Amino acid sequence: MRAIITVVGKDKVGIIYQVTKVLAENQVNVLDISQTVMGEDMFTMAMWVDASKSSTDFQELISLLEELGKKIGVSIRLQREEIFDAMHKI
Amino acid sequence: MGLIGMQEIMETVSMVEKQHLDIRTITMGISLRDCHDPNIKVQCQNIYNKIITTAKNLVKVGSDIEKEMGIPIVNKRISVTPIALLADAKTPEDCLEMARALDRAAAATGVNFIGGFSALVHKGYTKGDTALLASLPQALASTSRVCASVNVASTKAGINMDAVAEMGRIMKKAAELTKNQGSIACAKLVVFANVPEDNPFMAGSFHGIGEPECVINVGVSGPGVVKAALENVRGQDFGSVAETIKKTAFKITRMGQMVAQEASSRLGVPFGIVDLSLAPTPVVGDSVAHILEEMGLEKCGAHGTTAALALLNDAVKKGGVMATSYVGGLSGAFIPVSEDAGMISAVQAGALSLEKLEAMTCVCSVGLDMIVVPGDTPAATLSAIIADEAAIGMINNKTTAVRIIPAIGYKVGDMVEFGGLLGHGPVQAVNPFNNHEFVARGGRIPAPINSLRN
Repeated sequence: MRAIITVVGKDKVGIIYQVTKVLAENQVNVLDISQTVMGEDMFTMAMWVDASKSSTDFQELISLLEELGKKIGVSIRLQREEIFDAMHKI
Repeated sequence: MGLIGMQEIMETVSMVEKQHLDIRTITMGISLRDCHDPNIKVQCQNIYNKIITTAKNLVKVGSDIEKEMGIPIVNKRISVTPIALLADAKTPEDCLEMARALDRAAAATGVNFIGGFSALVHKGYTKGDTALLASLPQALASTSRVCASVNVASTKAGINMDAVAEMGRIMKKAAELTKNQGSIACAKLVVFANVPEDNPFMAGSFHGIGEPECVINVGVSGPGVVKAALENVRGQDFGSVAETIKKTAFKITRMGQMVAQEASSRLGVPFGIVDLSLAPTPVVGDSVAHILEEMGLEKCGAHGTTAALALLNDAVKKGGVMATSYVGGLSGAFIPVSEDAGMISAVQAGALSLEKLEAMTCVCSVGLDMIVVPGDTPAATLSAIIADEAAIGMINNKTTAVRIIPAIGYKVGDMVEFGGLLGHGPVQAVNPFNNHEFVARGGRIPAPINSLRN
């Protein structure tokens, strides 16, 4: 299952490392990453992932990433890709 | 890989996080036409069993989709066959039993409202309609999740003024029975003209007689998203305003369509319609009034408000229609006073009167919605308000409705708290002049002519 991770928050060292660590531990494959720092220090990242080989339940993955976000002080969302496709592709 | 761009992704995320974009409701329509039994106890058991079996996964599936897609689905609800159709050989007491069975079934399935304690009486009453209406005040007062609606007029049948007169009395009785809770029973009762049979929004939702055995209807929302989009075109002409609203409505509705199809496939129930609506909530930043103000009005209710609302309502439909394969329900902008922070503030500022709200209902979906009036408003005045609103619907070939709360013990300027999505409403003044004799005439206002339109 393809999905999209978005991370928004104050920039700091190691955000991508922390996120990809959780993904690696749960056999989620990263397909593409787009990342930028907006303004002074607003970290913004979108990550396209494939969760079809993950043995972890999708809702569990969502919770794991949410918890990580709380721990490192950024907002992390994992959403199925369909929602973005529906809204932006005709 | 055909990937969506970063900008689009962040747009979607911020619509949800900052602008309160949500799916307002997934409503499962369930037919109860196979639940008849001569014995009311058995009939109620049939109703209860059918609902809890058919809707057993509704709340779970709704919550799963909400989590996986990252889109809030605010309400999961159920609508059923108009109960008057199951009441033709029953008494008012039997109808009360059915209302309580619906309430228990709603609680058991975990939905916050169940709609369909309804009757369609635009031309007259059957025995079932009479029994249901007789039980209405008590049914609303003694249940917490049951919503009722009564259709009193249509473009093809005219206005049943006997029913209009009776609805005024019913509202007063229902208000009296729940006077300790701000007369909240009236917040669960809608009086319609030209009622749609597939509306997913409460309190006027029911599962119409042309509907299949079971169906999934979805209501989208997102006034905050439209408001935010309009902030980017300040000072530009109305062509740009309409274009911006259309594009935004398209995106919102595409999301609704996707969620509706996903829910339909996971539940194994056919997809019915998407209701293209802008439904506000009392939360700041989720207001239809603020969209109208964004167009350049100091306060909602100022002269120009009706034109602004007409543009908004039309653009929402134009944008939404291409985004979904089936449109239905109420589709348009809602203007409930107590559920919209901007409307509440406009009333408090003296900018928005009942008369202006009535004018606004000529150009948007639904009608006078969640309006609180003084508790001593006579039943005849409530009926006359219903008659005016029904006339607008009848003449203009559109749905109109009245959900008005005569809050017992409250006077103009007081604030009545309903809680949750129902919000809180300032008590508004009604025209004090007498209409008793008008309402007492009874009979029917004939159906209007549909040519020679002026």
